Amino acid sequence: MTTLTGRRSPVRTVLALLIVAVMLFPLYWMVNASFQTNEQLARRSALWFPLGGTLHGYRDAFAQQGGHLLASLVVALGATALTLLIAAPAAYALALLRAPGGKGLLSVLLVVQLVPGIVMANALYEIFGPAHLLDSAFALILADSTLAVPFAVLVLRAFMTSVPGELVEAAALDGAGAVRTFVTIVLPMARNALVTAGLFTFLFAWGDFMFATTLTPDSGTWQPITVGLYDYIGAGTNTTSWNSVMATAVIASLPAAVLLVVAQRHVAAGLTSGAVKD
Amino acid sequence: MAYALSEPRTAPGTTSGRTGKVRRSFLLRLAFLVPVVVHTAVFFLYPLARNLLLSFQDYGIRSVYSGDAPWNGLANYRRLFDDPVFHKTLGNTLVFVVVSLLAQFVIGLGLAEFFRRSFPLGGVLRSLLLVPWLLPLVVAGTVFRWMLDTSNGVVNQVLLALRLVDDPVPWLNDPGYAMAGVLLCNIWIGVPFNMVILHGGLQAIPGALYEAAALDGAGPVARFRYITLPQLRPVIGVVLTLGLVYTLKVFDVIWVMTKGGPANATQTVTTYGYQLSFGGLSQFGLGAAAGNLLIVVATAFALLYLRSMRAEDHTAPGRK
Repeated sequence: MTTLTGRRSPVRTVLALLIVAVMLFPLYWMVNASFQTNEQLARRSALWFPLGGTLHGYRDAFAQQGGHLLASLVVALGATALTLLIAAPAAYALALLRAPGGKGLLSVLLVVQLVPGIVMANALYEIFGPAHLLDSAFALILADSTLAVPFAVLVLRAFMTSVPGELVEAAALDGAGAVRTFVTIVLPMARNALVTAGLFTFLFAWGDFMFATTLTPDSGTWQPITVGLYDYIGAGTNTTSWNSVMATAVIASLPAAVLLVVAQRHVAAGLTSGAVKD
Repeated sequence: MAYALSEPRTAPGTTSGRTGKVRRSFLLRLAFLVPVVVHTAVFFLYPLARNLLLSFQDYGIRSVYSGDAPWNGLANYRRLFDDPVFHKTLGNTLVFVVVSLLAQFVIGLGLAEFFRRSFPLGGVLRSLLLVPWLLPLVVAGTVFRWMLDTSNGVVNQVLLALRLVDDPVPWLNDPGYAMAGVLLCNIWIGVPFNMVILHGGLQAIPGALYEAAALDGAGPVARFRYITLPQLRPVIGVVLTLGLVYTLKVFDVIWVMTKGGPANATQTVTTYGYQLSFGGLSQFGLGAAAGNLLIVVATAFALLYLRSMRAEDHTAPGRK
């Protein structure tokens, strides 16, 4: 294959750069707008570079959205912790312990992923209301975990099935119980998988809008940044100050950017193992 | 599944029965599943059942306060199917799903093919393309709303500068254009997912197949048609099925960009279901019914896919 077109010409790289530039243009445009003044943004002809820019957008964003950012952080971290706590033992049981009823559970977890968020939001609102759970971080953590747990179980299980059975058996011969084997052997080996599942759960909870907007109906302390951003543009249709909107959008995108840099290699693997099941 | 997650199955011959495996007590093995079973039952199955019951109840704004919701059989479903807005919604959903899937798939496959060969910076640039998929959907919707703005949007400015249009296009404010606007954003979000999965599938095709075909004189088109496409079939099935399931649920993008408007031009079953429940009228019964219809459609397609996979598994030699 490679010999046919293997010349190391830079043509492909240049083309790829062009493709990336086109595909990521909306992101550039967001960053560009976030550094401009509202007067610059209101002009009929766009400024292609934020020359003579301003940080006002960011100052406003932090001043007005700081609380929402904090709420998002708490909810996303909480959902990640809860999800891993529930998913890791389950994945171990499904991958290595041949737990009774495992097949059935696996099918349920697959079906869960077919259920639209709107259905869950509808029912959870109706359940959480009488339980006085609305407008709490707890409500969002629970709601986000309902859709994240199945995904995390599938990702972790996929990784754990590749843990050699001999290792687990050896541990048993040495007298380690299932719990000790899990904690001292399986979990450390699955560290990368835990990171992957955790990062995806965090991103999912961070980006969630459906649960956030339905389960925190009163604009209280626990509305995440997605709702903050939405209210920003939703409220005053034409009077919006787009630079602070875009600055907020940039800030809300940071976790995704960080994830991509930190866990670049795991992202594709996590994507495929969570999406594809056997 | 034929790729990516090759499950290290136990060697043939040792598969059946207990293979001298660690013998754990039944209860202990079960204990590891307790958290997930409880969690799924309480926070997933119970809400699901509740939603099902809700769809057979007259649960309106009064019920929210009184807690009293009389049963009304299939009335909610009947009302939906008599509702002209819902008819429109069904058509919109079909357009939204079909166009999104096709465009995402074609562009995703093109990119996967392009990044198939290794070249300087190829890996890094390919990962950069993932960003749109990892972004909060509200952010993507907001950015596209800004780019498609009638008077200040960059899209119109470019179109005007190139003299492709004489007047700014009211992308999101005109019923004739709004669907195109939200589709543009949704396609942009979905391309990376298609690219990654298809790229994985392409990598798994043995190069020898292409070499043999090249020796037989097959051109690029023939190689694509007779090797790439058939070899990629299971992966294509995955991509399209998951794409369909995800696209049916899309809410954030549409809600942020148009709220389903103007004049319901971008209203899909998902946004309409949300509007019925949370749009001020608190028609939770109707919203539940709309949601349940979505589940039925998604499940039907997923089952169809699983069935076709199973059929293939049985015919494929060497697989069990």
